[in-house]
Amino acid sequence: MLVYIAKRVALFGLMLFGLVCITFIISNIAPADPAALAAGPDASRSQIEQVRREYGLDRPLPEQFARYVAGLARGDLGRSVSTSRDVTSELLRYFPASLELVLVAMLLGIAIGVPLGMISALHKDGWIDHATRIFAVSGIALPPFWFGLLLQLVFAVQMGWLPTSGRLSLMTIPPEPITGMLLADSLLRGQWSTFAEAASFTVLPAVVLSLPCLASILRVNRAEMVEALRADYVMCARAHGVAPWRIVAVHALRNAMLPTLAIIGLRYGWMMSGTVLVETVFDWPGIGLYAVNSAIASDFKPVMGVTLLIGLNFMIANLVVDLLYGVLDPRLREA
Amino acid sequence: MAPPATAVPADGLPAQPAPRAPQPATGSARAWRLALWLLSRSFSSMLGLALVLFIVTLALLGPWIVPYPADAEGAINLLNKLEPPSAAHWFGTDEVGRDILTRVILGTRVSLLAGLAITLAATAIGAPLGVLAGYSGGRLRETIMRITDMFLSVPGLVLSLAIVAALGPGIGNAVIALIIVWWPGYVRLAESKTLAIKEEPYVEAARVVGASRARILFRHVLPNCLSPLIVKMSMDVGQAILAVASLGFIGLGARPPEPEWGAMISVARTYMPDWWWYAVAPGAFIYVSVLGFNLLGDGLRDILDPRSHRG
Repeated sequence: MLVYIAKRVALFGLMLFGLVCITFIISNIAPADPAALAAGPDASRSQIEQVRREYGLDRPLPEQFARYVAGLARGDLGRSVSTSRDVTSELLRYFPASLELVLVAMLLGIAIGVPLGMISALHKDGWIDHATRIFAVSGIALPPFWFGLLLQLVFAVQMGWLPTSGRLSLMTIPPEPITGMLLADSLLRGQWSTFAEAASFTVLPAVVLSLPCLASILRVNRAEMVEALRADYVMCARAHGVAPWRIVAVHALRNAMLPTLAIIGLRYGWMMSGTVLVETVFDWPGIGLYAVNSAIASDFKPVMGVTLLIGLNFMIANLVVDLLYGVLDPRLREA
Repeated sequence: MAPPATAVPADGLPAQPAPRAPQPATGSARAWRLALWLLSRSFSSMLGLALVLFIVTLALLGPWIVPYPADAEGAINLLNKLEPPSAAHWFGTDEVGRDILTRVILGTRVSLLAGLAITLAATAIGAPLGVLAGYSGGRLRETIMRITDMFLSVPGLVLSLAIVAALGPGIGNAVIALIIVWWPGYVRLAESKTLAIKEEPYVEAARVVGASRARILFRHVLPNCLSPLIVKMSMDVGQAILAVASLGFIGLGARPPEPEWGAMISVARTYMPDWWWYAVAPGAFIYVSVLGFNLLGDGLRDILDPRSHRG
């Protein structure tokens, strides 16, 4: 088991290093001169040269790379050119909003995907099964930005049930931050009306973000349930006279949950990247919108910061899934 | 000879029609007929095939069948701007009076070409590397696979966003960025498949009779990796179309005058909610093409690779 953990952690470290290399390479392939960008549009040649020296951009690449890594180790992601603010503190400000959205979307995906997968496995090849299959394929094929616009149109504009975009209305004073997540903060502070309002703002973006996640949880859970219900231990349990609900909910589901768990972990990382599209549609002030706005302004430092942060989330989720797998399935520890 | 259709039990595993040894022409024709018959049994596969054929036809015939060819060349007709759908303009008109149906049909070619280019280039880079890594093992495999892992350490959409931000916006750069993030998936797939094939007796036999490494790789291993690769490619064309549209929507892919679906939706968004129909048609076309390629890929998997995915 220790070897298994050590291997996974080593792989994690290697991938982290790889990610740092990739972001460094990307910032250096840019055709635009970073010094000229940092100096601003009306800078003279000598000013640009001064900025180049100041930022160490005239040093050889290996040295620049060493500085970059050293900066990252201190949590220094550089400064945004367009807002001239520190990228790390901006990320800390925006990340909770994205995390909140992703967590709500993930809960939605699990709460709907797992039961639907179970039901369609129980009614394999019945009409429910076909309906959920179409639903699942649609969930992967629907362009999230378009689906978001349609939902806004129907539920916010036509019906007027839900707000169109943002996290809270302008009039509402957000709760004193504890976690930075509005839903959690308003609950912790006992501000129920703020909680209800924040929840109404979260519904549409969370639904859009969760749809691909929901679809893949559904498909994996269904396939695994079908497999599990066919297994010998299910037949054995049935022969023993175990109650049918117990066979499904305990014996089969437990075995089907392992791969489902893996897909949930993977999907956490994917949803973090999905925020790029969803936050753009819903003007949700998170890291996705921050990355898009910076990318359009060709402001690299924030884009690289978001790439690193999302990559880190993705890799941590994968690591956690790998380790949980090791705990839940002893056979894997040998590998 | 009995037709292949009757030789297969209705619900049993069909014999894998993948090429084994060099087969006589009649044999491969039979394999094709079997594959087609199997495909036609599944409604969702046929729907996928129909949607893909629809998209391909539109892409091929685009400029000749659009109702307002002048709009393709940048005609501006401010008198008819932002008209709702009507018999003359099925999907309405855009902010400078161009017919949206025309632009959406022209966009089919842009998206399909981009999707195909990304998938083919990613396969051409990834599959040989994967086969090589799986077959040779040792340090070469370690190197290739660790580089692959590096690229898989962050979700593709974010990485491609970062690359396009560095290269500058535009559809060409978007395609390049998506190729860079797409090939590692093919390395993974080809490597795992090769690891399994390597142990097969026919590979050992080829080695025993003195076949060179290149011959074994390209004549024996790669052809037998093809079926899962084809399945993945079919799915990926759809996903790549979606990715190109996503970058276009963000404003980093195709630039607005170009009839690209994602870029069109990004413009249409500024005319929401009063001129809502503007965004409907481009999005529906993205959905239809991604759905088509996904369903087709699913159907192909059931035929070509029945063991990998049941149910």
